[in-house]
Amino acid sequence: MALITPGFRGRRRDGGVELPPGQYPTEDFPVLSAGPTPRVPVDRWEFAILTETGEKHTWSWPELLALPSQTPTVDIHCVTKWSKLRTNWQGVSLDLLMENVESAADYAVIHSYGGYTTNLPVEDLLDGQAWIAYRFDGDDLAPEHGGPARLLVPHLYFWKSAKWVRGIELTLADEPGFWETAGYHNYGDPWLEQRYRGD
Amino acid sequence: MKWRVATVVESRAETATARTLVLDVPDWPGHLGGQHVDLRLTADDGYSVQRSYSLASPDRVEIAVQRVDDGEVSPYLTDVFAVGDAIELRGPVGGWFVWRPAATEPVLLVAGGSGIVPLMAMIRARRAAGSKVPFRLIYSVRTPEEIFYADELRRPDPGVDVSYVFSRKAPEGARRPVKRIGLADVTTHGWPPDFQPSCFVCGPTGFVETVADLLVAVGHDPSRVKTERFG
Repeated sequence: MALITPGFRGRRRDGGVELPPGQYPTEDFPVLSAGPTPRVPVDRWEFAILTETGEKHTWSWPELLALPSQTPTVDIHCVTKWSKLRTNWQGVSLDLLMENVESAADYAVIHSYGGYTTNLPVEDLLDGQAWIAYRFDGDDLAPEHGGPARLLVPHLYFWKSAKWVRGIELTLADEPGFWETAGYHNYGDPWLEQRYRGD
Repeated sequence: MKWRVATVVESRAETATARTLVLDVPDWPGHLGGQHVDLRLTADDGYSVQRSYSLASPDRVEIAVQRVDDGEVSPYLTDVFAVGDAIELRGPVGGWFVWRPAATEPVLLVAGGSGIVPLMAMIRARRAAGSKVPFRLIYSVRTPEEIFYADELRRPDPGVDVSYVFSRKAPEGARRPVKRIGLADVTTHGWPPDFQPSCFVCGPTGFVETVADLLVAVGHDPSRVKTERFG
């Protein structure tokens, strides 16, 4: 039973949109990152998937853009409490990128330009749940939002959707990433409100 | 992380539109300068919201709330919430944007508006620990009336140099023209990159983007520039 805050009324939303617990909707697109925004020129950009046996699959920027893309419209949820509904993206499904990758790994560590890392189970990257996204709302993805390309995994808190993505390392053991070792939850399901370690 | 019940033990005006609240939290585990807490407010019909607030002090659970006129939570916390009232709180949260008293490298703090709060916690933590590490604070604020912790920052604190950037209105006699923070502010009042300082930048998104880009452009190692952005 929650403690009542006497005199607090709040501002109820209408429209029947269900949000994960503790979230509020925003029309803005807040920027959250732990350091300066890396700026990665697309002629030097490369994306790699590295398997647990050391096999490396790489895509240059033109190679990524040449792949069939999808245009998911998804709700996104930041652990800092904002949610942004019906966001429009364009990107390449991880199902496609992983198609010819031979791996028995259960875990993935996402690596970003700038040094950021985050971890998640491989199964959360597959079955139409994740993309390498390079356009937002019809425009090239802005650097502060992770451009030229970011991971998009909308069913987890948004720190898992690593900005400035440069590669995915497939691992046999789970290896917590940047925020996961700084006190945040290892998995981060917004609907279960898995914000911090121990939630 | 469990929710605790916190009780307001002190409430004072920080500026005309911001209040400092000090909370008593039983069994508080302690925290580092730069960490934050989550507050949960629940209406009598069960409607509930959460917000994060940076801690302003290294030893007390102290926050500062800037009133946003059309805000959902801040007008309640600044206008209604009073000494003796209780609220649900959990934390401390965040293990990256923190200053540890054992650190030895010089520190540059750059605050935009209410972004001063976690940086003030670091200044106070330095003082409480008796650290001799040199700190420089560049505090960008629209007008002199909007300075948080004005009296405390005016008092001499050996090893802590404070400079102000006024973006809308400067005090009488100020030599710097009124404008947003720029390269000259960072190079004049910050540390040279070869001193390898730890840089902490906190404020609104546009401010933090600008300052972090400036610091990297003048040669600071991006891995030494930690940022916290508001919205």
